[in-house]
Amino acid sequence: MKKLLKLTTVMLTVLLSLGAVTQASADKLKVGFIYIGPPGDHGWTYAHDQGRLMIDNMLGDHVETTFVEGVPEGPDADRAIAKLAETGHKLIFTTSFGYMEPTLKVAKRFPDVKFEHATGYKQADNVSTYSARFYEGRYVQGQIAAKISKSGVIGYIASFPIPEVVRGINAFMLGAQSINPDMKVKVVWVYSWFDPPKEADAAKVLMDQGADIITQHTDSTAALQAAAERGIYAFGQASDMIQFAQDTQLTAILDNWGPYYVKRTVDVLMGTWSSGDTWDGMGPGMVGMAPFTNMPSDIAMMARETAESIRTGAFHPFTGPINNQAGEEVVAAGETADDGMLAGMNFYVKGVDDKLPQ
Amino acid sequence: MTELIIASMMTMMTAATPLMFAATGELICERSGVLNLGVEGMMLIGAVFGFATAAVTGNASLGLLAAGASGILASLIFAFLTLTMLSNQVATGLALTIFGTGLSALVGFDYVGETIDRIAAIHLPVLSDLPVVGPLLFGHDPLVYLSFILLIGVALFLNRSRWGMILKAVGDSDVSAHAIGYPVVLIRYAAVAFGGLMAGLGGGYLSLVYTPLWAENMTAGRGWIALALVVFASWRPERVLFGAILFGGITILQLNAQAAGLGIPAAFMSMLPYIATIVVLVLISRDVVRIRLNAPACLGRPFRAER
Repeated sequence: MKKLLKLTTVMLTVLLSLGAVTQASADKLKVGFIYIGPPGDHGWTYAHDQGRLMIDNMLGDHVETTFVEGVPEGPDADRAIAKLAETGHKLIFTTSFGYMEPTLKVAKRFPDVKFEHATGYKQADNVSTYSARFYEGRYVQGQIAAKISKSGVIGYIASFPIPEVVRGINAFMLGAQSINPDMKVKVVWVYSWFDPPKEADAAKVLMDQGADIITQHTDSTAALQAAAERGIYAFGQASDMIQFAQDTQLTAILDNWGPYYVKRTVDVLMGTWSSGDTWDGMGPGMVGMAPFTNMPSDIAMMARETAESIRTGAFHPFTGPINNQAGEEVVAAGETADDGMLAGMNFYVKGVDDKLPQ
Repeated sequence: MTELIIASMMTMMTAATPLMFAATGELICERSGVLNLGVEGMMLIGAVFGFATAAVTGNASLGLLAAGASGILASLIFAFLTLTMLSNQVATGLALTIFGTGLSALVGFDYVGETIDRIAAIHLPVLSDLPVVGPLLFGHDPLVYLSFILLIGVALFLNRSRWGMILKAVGDSDVSAHAIGYPVVLIRYAAVAFGGLMAGLGGGYLSLVYTPLWAENMTAGRGWIALALVVFASWRPERVLFGAILFGGITILQLNAQAAGLGIPAAFMSMLPYIATIVVLVLISRDVVRIRLNAPACLGRPFRAER
């Protein structure tokens, strides 16, 4: 929060000095967003939309925001992004991994428009990428799950086998193993970011197979609700989902895109925007944790301490020794995985009860 | 192990329920000689109106009524176009699905992210607590039982009742049925409406019980599976039960196989129900007599009464 306030004051100063310039040009800067789901998913897209609203709130006098929701990752994305560029949007945020190629393609056609692609790894002169280190939160969740689970089996609903998701599973597993080396994680791939009935099916199946805690890397609240129905605990995803499952959610990873969105918008307003790659975690506040609920206070205390040591940089979730499923050492004792390994992660750590789909 | 099997079977039965509803309705519709390819659209319409009603009134049972009613209304549009205006049934059915997809997204726009209280599973004292059979027979939500009752009712209706015979007669030879004096068009209207009611209930089951929330396109192809199911069952209600559990079960088994870490590609498992349908189609097509016995002879053909 303090960070946010500081940022706000900096921004306001900037804007005051900027006032004269922008008032001269009557047109507001148009900023566009492409969403994979509906802003009402209360997960991934909801979190991005909260970021967009922060731009509205803080820069509303100078900026106008638009969003296109439910854009499939494919040829439709091309059209939607191009449409925003054609209609005078000078800064466009594309908020799903699968928009990577379409974003780059459209960016080539509109060199004077700035693009920001979430969770991707390819940049261009007018395309930046940004992502959050969600795995930091996953590690904390893994620890909580291992403390609370009685069956020793965690159910993990995964979307697509991309590094982002695999990294989350591994971080969760490492967290769980730090408490109980014998913890098991069962993984079900639903091959969708947002398919509530299928997410619920996956949750049910995992619970059928003995998982007594559910966590997910999909966007809806369906899995949480399925867990609530059976009276077991689960984690929220991308935003605080506690209102959907009062007695079920242990915590949730919070995606806090707002400060980044505001900063990048100000950069464009001031003409200081440049292409880059941002990957922030708990430290700068891009990743947060919802309140630790439905757990004994000593576990909540432990979770808070872990989160704090990750936030300050004292601890890195991927600290060796880390072995892959075959038992080969991938990170030596005392070392930490570098960003290159994290960004391209395509192996499971030892103990994950699944074969990684290729 | 027994617990895993019981739990999986419970999950399978809930997965089969929306298919049972929709397929039972479509079966009656097709038996009367009308092919309605709009099942998916009607399910979506039922799902969204059911959910919206439940969200506004706070009463999931009212939501279920609304789901059925909106399914009937959607099917009556189809009936008017195909039976009164004599439009092509295949094209109109496809249009109904596209219309239903769009309409439901429009109506549902404001309800994305809302929650409702789901229709809960029943719990009978003593009976539900019995080992094994307790949860399997007495631990479901009321709609699972309703789908069974309706299916049995439809089987009895078709095989044992006079009106069932008349319905089949209309589907097998509309001209003869008309010549004897039966109101062919009216009977078909009723059959289509019943199909709409059941598809609406199937959709309502998804948004009110299965996952108590609304998401665009949440039926995710279940309407098409229901259509395949009717063919798979070769238009016999008792086989719909078997097929629904098989089709619903495979989607659950697919996830089960993943969770167990068996490493079978998910896409392969998802393909199985459709392969099964094609195999069944090939098998029943080999035997001309059997096709004549089961497939309604007038399926998809428009009928105009000679005056």
